[in-house]
Amino acid sequence: MNFYLLTVLKTAVVAAALLTTLAYLQWIERKVIAHIQIRMGPYRVGPHGLLQPLADVIKLLTKEDLIPAHVNKFFYMLAPFLAVSLALISIAVIPFGPEIEIGGTRTWMQLTDLNIGILFLLAISSVSVYGIALGGWASNNKYSLLGSLRSAAQMISYELPLGLALAAPLLMAGTLSLREIVYAQSGYWFGMIPKWAVFQMPAPQVIGFLIFLIAAFAETNRLPFDLPEAENELVAGFHTEYSSMKFASFFMAEYANMVTITAVATTVFLGGWMAPFPAEYGSRLVPTAVLGLAGALALYHGFHPLRPRDRRTLPVVGVVFLVLAGVFLLPAVQSWLLPLFWFLAKTGALLFLFIWVRGTLPRFRYDQLMRFGWKFLFPVAVVNLFATALLVALFG
Amino acid sequence: MPTSYAQLYFPVLLQVIVAMAVAGGMMGASYVLGKRLRNPVKDSPYECGMIPVGDARERFSVKFYLVAMIFILFDVEIVFLYPWAVVYGDLKLFGFVEMLVFIGLVLCGFFYMWKKGVLDWSQWMECRKEREPASRWERKDAA
Repeated sequence: MNFYLLTVLKTAVVAAALLTTLAYLQWIERKVIAHIQIRMGPYRVGPHGLLQPLADVIKLLTKEDLIPAHVNKFFYMLAPFLAVSLALISIAVIPFGPEIEIGGTRTWMQLTDLNIGILFLLAISSVSVYGIALGGWASNNKYSLLGSLRSAAQMISYELPLGLALAAPLLMAGTLSLREIVYAQSGYWFGMIPKWAVFQMPAPQVIGFLIFLIAAFAETNRLPFDLPEAENELVAGFHTEYSSMKFASFFMAEYANMVTITAVATTVFLGGWMAPFPAEYGSRLVPTAVLGLAGALALYHGFHPLRPRDRRTLPVVGVVFLVLAGVFLLPAVQSWLLPLFWFLAKTGALLFLFIWVRGTLPRFRYDQLMRFGWKFLFPVAVVNLFATALLVALFG
Repeated sequence: MPTSYAQLYFPVLLQVIVAMAVAGGMMGASYVLGKRLRNPVKDSPYECGMIPVGDARERFSVKFYLVAMIFILFDVEIVFLYPWAVVYGDLKLFGFVEMLVFIGLVLCGFFYMWKKGVLDWSQWMECRKEREPASRWERKDAA
């Protein structure tokens, strides 16, 4: 197949999957937070609120798109545009799986593999601070300005530990290409422990991974680092003056950044699409087992419903899961579905961690945030990098 | 398989176009579909129902500038680390010592900044305290 046609197809698939993920990530977040707080969450629109994202989009689209008189019109419009478009670009270099064959052409499950992949990601994430900083400044509102200043200072402060933590696994991988970083993590110690960067000899990157995660929370402005929109002191922070879809676009950018940064964490630290234990021990059967268990649970609760509505919805969900579990057993699709499953499972677990932390931790105070970032995280990241370098030089 | 730089970067270009189309489409759609009813109250800055006093572009803490300046310094240093990390397999201990000297020099600046109180956001009085107590209450505390 023609290279350009194939690329257009791959981009379309990735874009559709990413946008659906963003819409449903918000639903999942509301559901999970609701259950943490012993509530039901969205429940009215569709079975278990599954059509809630669609309803939200329709509502936001038809709301008044207010451009107040006191704003700088150009930058006010540019800010959400920049935020969303920059957040959606980084997915282009993320590898989802190995080489596969479509219609007689061999291609990678990745849009493109730049040899400067990591630098590209860092560059895009550095620019995305502009969306928030410009939005707050152009709104010409005191709360917005304060929110955007805080956000800019916070994002650039935590970018340093993020960059340092990301450099340590590169010492062992010796490349900036994301695909080659994944391949550097293939194989198993003693035939069972995966050679992911977090477990890799001679310098397991456990501390580096934790630093990266903490900095990722700050970079995406998530709790406990959501100072830019601290609603009990700044109304809504940098998006106070935004309405309608412009307001929503900042949230969309936040979720897109979350997906990207968890995907990067998966790729660099958790071995990308590599299975956590070798195929001899049955790693091929894990997706079938997990989905089959989920399907069986859904069927059981469908036949013993807690609420009358579940009698109709849960059996359908159960059957869908069981069919999916069966699909994973087909040898024809296993070669690309299994890596994709592992990649999505790791990314999904990290995304769940993001939501879980939001439901659990309170917000930092601003001086605590800056002190933690500069006086703790940054020195620890430097020490981690040099400890890794020393171990690699001596034993690598 | 991409065979040239143009083919390597074509997906990035395509993704940029898709991203801009999504962002533009979202904002354009809400501009077309949303109703428009303006009034003077809606046009004023939102300050919890209070009438805004003064301009929003007030003076703000100089710390934000300081952090931005420090960030430029350290970010450039981190960008130097990446090529070093990639060729580290060949450099080994030589590269380690070289980079230790470089980062050591940068860290001297970092600790100087730390001691100067640039990173203390809660105690902006710190540098003033070194000269003389600013108020009667502080003098009492010292005594």
